[in-house]
Amino acid sequence: MAHDATMGQAEAHYTTTGLDHRKILMWVFLASDCLFFGALISTYMVYRSNVPTGPGPEIFDIPYTSVSAFVLLMSSLTMVLALAALQRGNSRQARLWLLATALQGAVFLGGQFYEFNVFVDQGLTITNSVFGTSFFVLTGFHGTHVAIGVFMLLTLVGASWMGRLKPKHDLTVELVGLYWHFVDIVWIVIFTVVYLIPS
Amino acid sequence: MATAEQQAHTEEHPTPRTYVNVAIILSIITIIEVAIVIVEVPSVILISSLLALSAVKFAFVVGWFMHLKFDARLYQALFLGGLFLAIAVLLALVALFENFTLPAT
Repeated sequence: MAHDATMGQAEAHYTTTGLDHRKILMWVFLASDCLFFGALISTYMVYRSNVPTGPGPEIFDIPYTSVSAFVLLMSSLTMVLALAALQRGNSRQARLWLLATALQGAVFLGGQFYEFNVFVDQGLTITNSVFGTSFFVLTGFHGTHVAIGVFMLLTLVGASWMGRLKPKHDLTVELVGLYWHFVDIVWIVIFTVVYLIPS
Repeated sequence: MATAEQQAHTEEHPTPRTYVNVAIILSIITIIEVAIVIVEVPSVILISSLLALSAVKFAFVVGWFMHLKFDARLYQALFLGGLFLAIAVLLALVALFENFTLPAT
């Protein structure tokens, strides 16, 4: 069936490594994304003190960002609970956990949008200092990853709603879950390096 | 014959209760992180504590939520290879720019 090809199957099939190649591909992608974010975080660390004009890191609102970080952290819990529910054969519960994960991702994105607006109002823009550029590029790319993750989660919720996400498709949910948890661990690093550690 | 994937999953998998416990630990660590930033401590202690705490959070999410602790070693090698390379690039760049300043133009 057409949707089987796109949704993935949990049945064991022969591969040269004995491992599912889709999952290997996802881990390779995540490893390459480590390098991508490593480069962006390095750039931020190098240029964080370069603030010739406009505000610097002192404008960060740590309590506000802590709440966002907590929401994203908890979305990893609901994601893993969705996978566990699907593997137990409970598709309805899996759908609810997936929806909860997507909603938490949307809350995080809304919080980031609000935070960016506040910073721009206070004079920190992507062009007025190298600090601003490196900050907005790093957190903006992370936000883009979150947005892609929310889209994938909502796609899974829609597929589940139409009865196309069954326990045999658990690998698909696992792969989206791996991506989502990766987005979470990147934020764990960004939250510490960018927001908590003083320049 | 069992595939490597099936063999890799012979270890006991975490239960939902374990996931909730991990989430509680992650929440407590986050609270500690914010608390030590608000309470003024020497910067050496502050930075080393924050890096250690975030490393613990990172390990919990990767090990338990991403199942890497319970999965095949090839996945671990692929991901940790990229991660260590990224850390090496980060340290090299920061060290380079800490020690060399561009001449004023």
